[in-house]
Amino acid sequence: MVLAWIERDAQGSPTAAAGEVLATARDLGGELGAEVTAVALGEPGDLPDDLAKQGVAHLVLLQHELLADAPPATVGEALAGLVAARGPAAVLAAATPESTEAMAWASAALGVPLATACTEIRPGEPWEVTRERAGGILLEDAVLDAPVRLATLTGGARTTGETAPAPEVAVDVVVPDLDPTLPRARLVEHRARSTGMTLATAPVVVSGGRGVGSAEGYAVLEELAGLLGGAVGCSRVATNNGWRPHADQVGLTGTRISPDLYVACGISGATQHWVGCMSARSILAVNTDPEAAMMRRATWAVVGDVHEVLPAVVAEIRRRAGP
Amino acid sequence: MPTTMDVLVCIKRVPAVGAEIALTADATAIDTRHLGFTIGPHEECAVEEAVRLAERTGGRAGVLTVGPPATEEQLRYALSMGADHAVRVDAPVADPEPEVTAAAIAGALGELPPYDLVLFGEASADAGHAQVGFRVACALRRPVVGGVKGIEVGDGRVSLRREAGGGVEVHDAPLPAVAAVLEGLNLPRYPTIKGRLRAKKAPVRVLAGPAATSGLRTRRLRHRPEARAETVLLGQGAGAAPAVVDVLAELGVVR
Ligand SMILES: Cc1cc2nc3c(=O)[nH]c(=O)nc-3n(C[C@H](O)[C@H](O)[C@H](O)COP(=O)(O)OP(=O)(O)OC[C@H]3O[C@@H](n4cnc5c(N)ncnc54)[C@H](O)[C@@H]3O)c2cc1C
Ligand SMILES: Nc1ncnc2c1ncn2[C@@H]1O[C@H](COP(=O)(O)O)[C@@H](O)[C@H]1O
Repeated sequence: MVLAWIERDAQGSPTAAAGEVLATARDLGGELGAEVTAVALGEPGDLPDDLAKQGVAHLVLLQHELLADAPPATVGEALAGLVAARGPAAVLAAATPESTEAMAWASAALGVPLATACTEIRPGEPWEVTRERAGGILLEDAVLDAPVRLATLTGGARTTGETAPAPEVAVDVVVPDLDPTLPRARLVEHRARSTGMTLATAPVVVSGGRGVGSAEGYAVLEELAGLLGGAVGCSRVATNNGWRPHADQVGLTGTRISPDLYVACGISGATQHWVGCMSARSILAVNTDPEAAMMRRATWAVVGDVHEVLPAVVAEIRRRAGP
Repeated sequence: MPTTMDVLVCIKRVPAVGAEIALTADATAIDTRHLGFTIGPHEECAVEEAVRLAERTGGRAGVLTVGPPATEEQLRYALSMGADHAVRVDAPVADPEPEVTAAAIAGALGELPPYDLVLFGEASADAGHAQVGFRVACALRRPVVGGVKGIEVGDGRVSLRREAGGGVEVHDAPLPAVAAVLEGLNLPRYPTIKGRLRAKKAPVRVLAGPAATSGLRTRRLRHRPEARAETVLLGQGAGAAPAVVDVLAELGVVR
């Protein structure tokens, strides 16, 4: 058996990441000759139908009052109990923060390793995984030797697309045995974030680093982002100098983005920044140093001072737009 | 009135890589011969938070690392930021497997005076296993919350804020508790000269590490294949503006 942990969105549907987990679990189940069991929290809703379409015929629903408002560690406790009871060959989950936390607790409770951020899983003697390190700039091939293999998968993990739908999904409600004496954190407040364009979803991000020079220097980046229907981003130097809020930071310890266009102004292209923007479809770099790593990796480059180039670009856009 | 908070922060020595990463000849590690070392930004914020909590409540702020003697450089950096004591759990490498690291930290916490709050980074900057804090919490049977961007201390409790589920969540945990934090929690201070001098002479307590092993073992590291075309140079200075706007128009982001 391969267990696939399914994160659900507010409507109860599997998230996109959970869909990829199911696909990988199906592939792995195929290789091992093992069936796939999806595991989720709560009520069935449309989940059995969704799973049937994905060719998954077994669903375990974990239900317990503590699971409703506990952080993911408690989900991990429930998962560990399920693993102990059913003895799967592997448990897969998405490499999202929440699922990773649940899997980390589960692996600790089971006394087995956990391979996080995997792009590939290769069953064999022993099993091997490929995982991302340092935000994905490096790949690590590792042995994963354990009685049950726990892994979280990053987007882009192997999938095979087409599958035959399952005729029927067997739904099994399991009430996990959660330790009543274990001290737990409890959710006491949940505020929805205001909607609107965020750094993570903007189609264009105009981003500035040390080369912008000051907090005021970002005015021209704001103006260009406005004209392009985009958001403003920054490097860690800008955050550390207090020029921009941390919410604007792109990179390993900021936000990972994949806009259609990333405009990198006065940013050298350190790996910790690069991993945040390397999934952009195209990059335009503006830098006084033609040898900067960002300039070499960009799609288009302009050699020059941010405060000469950007005002000229803004003026040119306005000129072409006409009066 | 908040409880007096004794806080411990677990930090990891990692290579400060630049724009390129060189690997060792056997490709099992980053070639650090020409590199400096640092701690990750998440952990820097954790140290800052611990120092502030200790100052505010009249408690203590400790730092701990698992690794060889060289990792004391990072403990001293944290001391120079204002931490008041440092512990190194001896291990042959600075990058042990997460199970080994967690066993070492959990073991040390059994030997050290008690802490109300143990802080971790959400993920280490090099290996990024994103799990050591949760393993330690599980071993010690403590409540744990990850992705934390705000900490408020109450009477025997701590309130932990994080972004999740498309919004902001606040979790309430009884002390002692564990949290894995994110950069953005605060703006860490730069060490003062006085802080650096004090840190230089401060003692580091060294504990023996456990003989733990893990079924997760690195075989080799490799670079992610990069498929990018040659960079097109659009020009120099302000004169490049028309070429830039041509590209923007071609992409359909301006009229
Ligand atoms: C563990 C770890 C995690 C990190 N996480 C992140 C992260 O999430 N995000 C992040 O950004 N960084 C991160 N960093 C920091 C990172 O290593 C770099 O220090 C940082 O990205 C550099 O920012 P920068 O490019 O703005 O500055 P610099 O590297 O100083 O580069 C400035 C660039 O601007 C150019 N320039 C100067 N003046 C001008 C001008 N007038 N016009 C045009 N160009 C000009 C220079 O030629 C240079 O290329 C992390 C570091 C570590 C160790
Ligand atoms: N060798 C180490 N010594 C002390 N703390 C560590 C070590 N490795 C990891 N940690 C802590 O655990 C967190 C998560 O690490 P990881 O699970 O490797 O992503 C880090 O941010 C540190 O706070």
